Amino acid sequence: MSAPASDHGHAEPTSFTFSQENLELAKRIIAKYPAGKQASACMPLLDVAQRQNGGWLPRVAMDAVADLLGMPRIRVYEVATFYTMYNKNPVGRHHIQVCTTTPCWLRGSDDIVHTCKKKLGIEVGETTADGQFTLGEVECSGACVNAPVVQIGDDYYEDVAPEHMERILDALARGETPKPGSQTGRQSSEPIDGPTTLKVFTTAQADATTAQADD
Amino acid sequence: MPKLTIDGIEIEVEPGTSILQACEQLGIEIPRFCYHERLSVPANCRMCLVEMERAPKPVASCAMPCGDGMVVRTNSETVLKARKGVMEFLLINHPLDCPICDQGGECDLQDQAMAYGFDRGRYGENKRAVEDKYMGPVIKTIMTRCIHCTRCIRFINEVAGVPDVGAVNRGEHMEITTFVEKAIGSELSGNLADVCPVGALTHKPYAFTARPWELRKTETVDVLDAVGSNIRVDARGPEVMRVLPRVNDDINEEWLSDKSRYSYDGLKRQRLDRPYIRQNGKLVPASWAEAFTAIAARLKGLLGNRIAAISGDLVDVEAQFALKELLSRLGSTSLDCRQDGARFDTSVRAGYLFNSGIAGIEKADVILLVGTNPRWEGTLVNARIRKRYLAGNVTIASIGEQRDLTYPYSVIGSGPETLQQLVDGSHPFAETLRAAKNPMIIVGMGAFRRADGLAVQAAARLVGEAYGMFRDDWSGFNVLHTAAARVGGIEAGFLPGEGGRDVHGILDGASKGEIDFVYLLGADEIDTAKLGNAFVVYQGHHGDAGAHRADVILPGAAYTEKNAVYVNTEGRPQLARLAVFPPGEAREDWKIVRALSEVLGNTLPFDTHGQLRQRLMAANPIFGAVGETTPAAWAPFGAQGPVDTAPFVTPITNFYMTDPISRASVTMANCTEALVGPAQERTGTHG
Repeated sequence: MSAPASDHGHAEPTSFTFSQENLELAKRIIAKYPAGKQASACMPLLDVAQRQNGGWLPRVAMDAVADLLGMPRIRVYEVATFYTMYNKNPVGRHHIQVCTTTPCWLRGSDDIVHTCKKKLGIEVGETTADGQFTLGEVECSGACVNAPVVQIGDDYYEDVAPEHMERILDALARGETPKPGSQTGRQSSEPIDGPTTLKVFTTAQADATTAQADD
Repeated sequence: MPKLTIDGIEIEVEPGTSILQACEQLGIEIPRFCYHERLSVPANCRMCLVEMERAPKPVASCAMPCGDGMVVRTNSETVLKARKGVMEFLLINHPLDCPICDQGGECDLQDQAMAYGFDRGRYGENKRAVEDKYMGPVIKTIMTRCIHCTRCIRFINEVAGVPDVGAVNRGEHMEITTFVEKAIGSELSGNLADVCPVGALTHKPYAFTARPWELRKTETVDVLDAVGSNIRVDARGPEVMRVLPRVNDDINEEWLSDKSRYSYDGLKRQRLDRPYIRQNGKLVPASWAEAFTAIAARLKGLLGNRIAAISGDLVDVEAQFALKELLSRLGSTSLDCRQDGARFDTSVRAGYLFNSGIAGIEKADVILLVGTNPRWEGTLVNARIRKRYLAGNVTIASIGEQRDLTYPYSVIGSGPETLQQLVDGSHPFAETLRAAKNPMIIVGMGAFRRADGLAVQAAARLVGEAYGMFRDDWSGFNVLHTAAARVGGIEAGFLPGEGGRDVHGILDGASKGEIDFVYLLGADEIDTAKLGNAFVVYQGHHGDAGAHRADVILPGAAYTEKNAVYVNTEGRPQLARLAVFPPGEAREDWKIVRALSEVLGNTLPFDTHGQLRQRLMAANPIFGAVGETTPAAWAPFGAQGPVDTAPFVTPITNFYMTDPISRASVTMANCTEALVGPAQERTGTHG
């Protein structure tokens, strides 16, 4: 079932060094924790390393974090393999993570996955030949009220319907950044047909945002 | 002190005692997998569940401290049901391969499944399979059997101090692995298989060779270093099948170094199983009578001052004592048990013993290592220092080489001049020593194995005196020996007598033709080229350096093949017991000396082992206190004098091959290849 993380057929880089800028950032992160407890900075530093390395964490980057924090390398390896948000394999420029846990599934996440597959010509877990898109399925993204949810990079796209998904992928392919958040123009997680209470206070605001979303 | 009721029995326990420990005090057995009394408590296997009044659910007894007024039940319906549930989950992914599993018959999971398992599985899905991992030359892995108790991770992190093992991935994908696919660089890695409650980690050299119920178990002591670890030798027929540690909290706790554990295959190779005599430059097999006659012929008319003896690292006390008696009857006083050429004063016991005891390390607050690499010279002493380090508030410093000792320490100097600076207080570290309550100094053979050994010993003593290491309530002056025979030899008086030569003098004399007869009692670590034209008798169990040079070979018994006394570095006499008989015509060593004495017409006055022991005890009463240490009275020792500024060098270049047994071992050769590596300089005698 599970293969060792080292064995996925991709070429591991042989070295990793934090950029000057990221090293400064790492030092600021480490400074948040009391002296002697710098291992607490492990997770944010892995994130910094992953961002610097184009969205994935090679083992040399884990080693760099371990060495920076004075931790045994295996400890960092344990953390990195525990969390699915650290990608141990290379990903495309846009990492599309479709939530397929129950609420999203009930609201049609299967169609979203299908749309992605059709549009990109790849299966779940694969990357397009041009290295632009990686498609992934994830467990609950924690935004069930706005299901179905797709996370692309750092942004959440909510209330996604297949046609929204196509639009988003097209926009990304063109190099644009589609507007994140609810794709139907819903304000945060209010009822889908608009507010049912406190209308007096929200109508003006809601009108304003709807107008904005329609732009 | 909390008072609680367990199964209707009231018990009062020390604060901080867990319910599981309290149950053990009452003799109630609690099943467990992840809990190990010498490791931290993760409470992740859930097998030790008990029912507690006013608790909504069963609690993990290993992690629940006793509280006042608790009412605990360990045998109720709920408890049984909970444990059965846990067991069923553990067995979901555990293969049913007990018949081909090396742990079979001594497996915690197997035993506890007898009590808490169902007679059939309800799990119809595919079981999970996990790729096996490489963990080095001594640990075999079958990771599908792993139940993720994490004992191995905790052992290697906490006790061994080599964080090479971890758990990767999560949930049902969790796997135990090394980082990544590398050999575990610890001298204690064999203990991983001991702590593993299932057959996931087993001993590679023991794989598929025996079943525990076929083995004859003999409780004895280890002699491959001077620690004197307590071991159990498991034998089947004439063969030693494996070596396991025994619990002794004063010495090895329940761990064992890889050399002590896996060298046993060396006991089956290169053995001397019959006497040999050199004829026309070649060793030819002979009978005992012929061998003794050849020795007698050579000794005839020889003056005592032309006879000498050197004893080796693995020799028991009885043989050394018997040979000493024989030599004194032949008029010789040239005998030495320090074949490595170490120079130290043996007139005062405190000057050559590990006075605080190995357990005493836990009381020290400043530890100064002098010319020693305890990780290689006394692996379990090092483990104890690490245990002290983990307890906190200790300063560890070293005078000598920079090595990875598995705990942080500072190198404050490289040679004897640093000791002198500490004596006169001019070294910055003097301040730390002065502030210490229980300072400790551990001097290794690297400090004595040099021309100025006696002066170094005196300097170390002066450091001890200056900082209160010789007190009525604390003795912090320790010598870490490297050979199991050494302290026993000294206590038995196998030392140069009046006008006698030490090992340097003997070799010097032999090369100059001043010594005609050298008796090597298991001595292999000497420069045999220096024996010149002397007639050499080698008594020992392996065809190593000494036997190659010998004119007559007398086949002796290895430590697993005789009843004998060994004295460890603490000065603690311990009994080695016969587990298997010596091969072929080989005999117990004291008997050989006794038989030879008769041929020489100088019959030694003992016919049985009992009589020999009696004489031994009369000569030195410490041999009577088996298993105990006799505190050594303090008196000045060493010889103050000029010291060389050369840095201390550790005497061991390859941990895995230090003596004839480990040099003959294939497992140790594999370890050397995998772990010592080509970077390590290999000399003629070390590999």
